[in-house]
Amino acid sequence: MNERENIFKRIREALKAPAHSLAGGLPTVAEQRGVMPAVSSEHEAQMALFHANSAELRAHIVLVADMRDLETKMAALRDEEGWKKVAAHVGDLSITTAQSLGLPVLITHPGFDKEELATCDAGITECDALVAQTGSVLVTSRSAGGRALSCLPPHHVIIARREQLVADLPTAFEQLVQKYGGNYPSMISFITGPSRTGDIERILVLGAHGPKHLTIFMV
Amino acid sequence: MTSPASQFTTDAGRVAPDLRHRGIIQAAMGKYETVRDQRKKWFQDWEGARNLAARTKFEAVNHLDRYLEEFVSKLEARGTKVHWASTSAQAREIIFSILREKDAKVVVKSKAMTSEEIHLNAAMAEAGYEVVESDLGEFIVQLREEAPYHLVFPAMHLTRGDIKETFEDKLHITSSDNPEDLTMVARRVLREKYLQADVGITGANFAVAETGMISITENEGNARLTAALPKTMITLVGIEKVLPRITDLALFLPMLAVMGTGQALTCYNTMYGGPRQADEADGPEEFHVVLLDNHRTSLLADAEQRDALGCIRCGACLNVCPIFKNIGGHTYSTTYGGPIGSVITPHLRGLTQWKHLSDASSLCGACTETCPVKIDLHHHLLQNRRNGAKLKPSLFQKTAFKLFAPVANVRVLWSLTTQLSRIGMKVRGLVNGSIIDPAHAWTKTRELPPIAPQSFREWWKERQ
Ligand code: SF4
Repeated sequence: MNERENIFKRIREALKAPAHSLAGGLPTVAEQRGVMPAVSSEHEAQMALFHANSAELRAHIVLVADMRDLETKMAALRDEEGWKKVAAHVGDLSITTAQSLGLPVLITHPGFDKEELATCDAGITECDALVAQTGSVLVTSRSAGGRALSCLPPHHVIIARREQLVADLPTAFEQLVQKYGGNYPSMISFITGPSRTGDIERILVLGAHGPKHLTIFMV
Repeated sequence: MTSPASQFTTDAGRVAPDLRHRGIIQAAMGKYETVRDQRKKWFQDWEGARNLAARTKFEAVNHLDRYLEEFVSKLEARGTKVHWASTSAQAREIIFSILREKDAKVVVKSKAMTSEEIHLNAAMAEAGYEVVESDLGEFIVQLREEAPYHLVFPAMHLTRGDIKETFEDKLHITSSDNPEDLTMVARRVLREKYLQADVGITGANFAVAETGMISITENEGNARLTAALPKTMITLVGIEKVLPRITDLALFLPMLAVMGTGQALTCYNTMYGGPRQADEADGPEEFHVVLLDNHRTSLLADAEQRDALGCIRCGACLNVCPIFKNIGGHTYSTTYGGPIGSVITPHLRGLTQWKHLSDASSLCGACTETCPVKIDLHHHLLQNRRNGAKLKPSLFQKTAFKLFAPVANVRVLWSLTTQLSRIGMKVRGLVNGSIIDPAHAWTKTRELPPIAPQSFREWWKERQ
């Protein structure tokens, strides 16, 4: 009993009957861009669009000048929300910033206890890209310290560099292909705003299962 | 046991005049329609996007063997275990054997219509596993022991009051009826489960052939946790879900969001290409993908309706369907409701028992017009009617058409009949709507349109 063979046999048999044809073949990226929401090619305009989309999504953007400014503003967030413990991963920006807070830091590499992560007030990660078109943050298990760090703690804090902003989804995907080639991380996620649900009377509630708050620091 | 057809008629008759139900559905749909339309305008060319999406799916479905092979070999290369199931029973057995091997006790699930299709929850509960649905809407309907009402909005038919009561009855947790408080109750309860769960089960929205990844679209983060915390992850996915290239997602993800919920992009769109890799901090030790046929290949063999396999389960056709909005999601008693469900259920479960679904349509074509991948839904409903009639013509219809044919073909007979009908209608008018009205089945709930006082032929003669 080899179901794989059986299924393929049925598929090949079924496809012998030709369907009404639909000309065109697979669309090109240029064709995709031609129909999708327009995004300006200017960096400033893209930045403005990213801001506007984030505001609508209720994600917070904090612009910071340099690492010192980042640490000051992160400390302000710590105080405002009364963080007692944070989690981060090994990354140029994330680890130093997390350690500058003067709080216990759970580091997800090379492995960690999920119960402990559940007690952290914030998960601090880096990202692969920011997408102006949709206000999304692109993370992977490699750039953001695994799968749970950006999802389990109630506040997801992202530290990004301004030049990580890309215009649109097609660009973000192209970048992924270029960056990782054949060797993709096991998880790739476009995060678009804090976790939400509309399952009760279609009324928006934030923080359904994932983070209630999403803050993006832009260096 | 009643037949699906008579159950359908009874339930439709009960739900359609239910004003409370209608109010709830209209309110929910109203909110959806406004945002959906705004988002469609956000695209430079929505119609163009539909064409591209249809082209992509056409290519994928018509070369399913090739893309499926690519998908599977890429997945396996990264350490994923792939399983094949021709039937629901096989799919359940595969999942059970994994659960046994892992000695699992608690299983957490994120929304998967395929698991509804194979009746997984009931089977797992019977086998003694604790199974928890983690999508809020699914969690609520699971507590109520109901089927999901809608492909995308499982608890659409419930008010906050209903949900508050459900939580009190089933969880013994009192909360206000504020949606935020109710959501937080679910969050707390489910957090516990996530940390306990041995196995996580998910569905998938897309299967990317080029890179060997599944893609899951969700708002809550429940699927992400399901794929992050338990040691074993199982994804149950229909074989038709393949997309050729990862870049195809750039178009499909926003289109699914726009049509599904009226968002620009759903909160989390996540691709998984394997279990935890050597250099990664977490993730399941084992990743199993179960590929499900369950009669999809019979739909594939029907070249006329093959495009229905391109469905991305956005639910948009349900939302515009006048029948769905009146009779509600549960009346269908199928895994997939609304127009797409009426098209594919006869293929998945047998035409004889399910052909009545193709009559549950006004053939207005709103579904076809809205479908993001341009499935010719209302024509498929007509084709199912035709196929159903061929299979077992009803005696009444056969006789009626036998009588009708000569009358319609012979001009004298036709004009005689029209004239007699005009007189007949006048007489019938006296008993309109009452029990002895020969058209009672129609007139008890609506007006019978009058026969035109003059036929075209008569009118033409007069003008000459
Ligand atoms: S048939 Fe089309 S509109 Fe209906 S759920 Fe599928 S993709 Fe959406």
